Amino acid sequence: MYRDSGYFSDCVNGNLFVVKELSNAFSLTGSGLRDWLVQRITSLIMLVYIIFLLSFFVGHARIDYVCWQALFTTSIVRLLSSLFLFSVIWHAWVGVWTVVTDYIKPFFLRLIIQTVVVVALLLYLMWGLAILWGH
Amino acid sequence: MSSFLYFVPQISICIYGSFDRIIRHVLGPKFAVSFGVAKRPININLLTIRFPVTAIASILHRISGVILFLLIPAFLWIFAISLKSPEGFFVVRRYLTCPLSKLVLLAVLLTLFYHLLAGIRHLFMDAGIGEGLTQARFSAQCIGIVAILVTVLMGIYLW
Repeated sequence: MYRDSGYFSDCVNGNLFVVKELSNAFSLTGSGLRDWLVQRITSLIMLVYIIFLLSFFVGHARIDYVCWQALFTTSIVRLLSSLFLFSVIWHAWVGVWTVVTDYIKPFFLRLIIQTVVVVALLLYLMWGLAILWGH
Repeated sequence: MSSFLYFVPQISICIYGSFDRIIRHVLGPKFAVSFGVAKRPININLLTIRFPVTAIASILHRISGVILFLLIPAFLWIFAISLKSPEGFFVVRRYLTCPLSKLVLLAVLLTLFYHLLAGIRHLFMDAGIGEGLTQARFSAQCIGIVAILVTVLMGIYLW
């Protein structure tokens, strides 16, 4: 199946049929295809960052405050940590949205939980940025 | 040729369906034809259903993801305290190095490693690697074992 501007053309049988694109304002997310891509890209960013951080922990036998603070005052580490934080928040949003949509059927309960989650994630993002750039 | 083969089961279903309907019409609704179509056993008892290992991997991937999401504020809180002042860093290190919190830390690490490995498995499948049933079962078992092994290594490193 190839997606082509609102049409789904079924190349196997040579048929062309139109599928109405369902857009639900209450779904609190964009297209499924974009969610899929976002989940993969953010996961790769996080993988690289986690390997970097783990190698830092394993490489330093005893981490003290000076060393720890110096690491997170470096501009590049601050920048990469912000990118990591952004990836965590977006990845968590797509993941939690998927799980909540799968398991919680009552509409209003689902809407309330998803709203709480997205607000919490936005707060975490701002909190994390304040920690990273504020010290 | 392949498109013809695609229609073979559909045609046979059509023939079977109409034959069945004719017999019902002639003999009455009590009679149904069932040649070669055995009644399949139906098992909906949740206590005797054994989930396939791939299903277990999938649900553990989801559960570990939700746990990690719930732990975000804890991570941020500890991170904030450790960066704020030398005293804060000292407090965090003292709390994180007691045996009980080391166990908690290892549980968190196990969750993280499992989620990470299951995600990498997903990425490989997206690339078309290991999509077969045997391979998927094997990798589903592998990620559990590797996650536990890495956590044990981290435990040895922490102690």
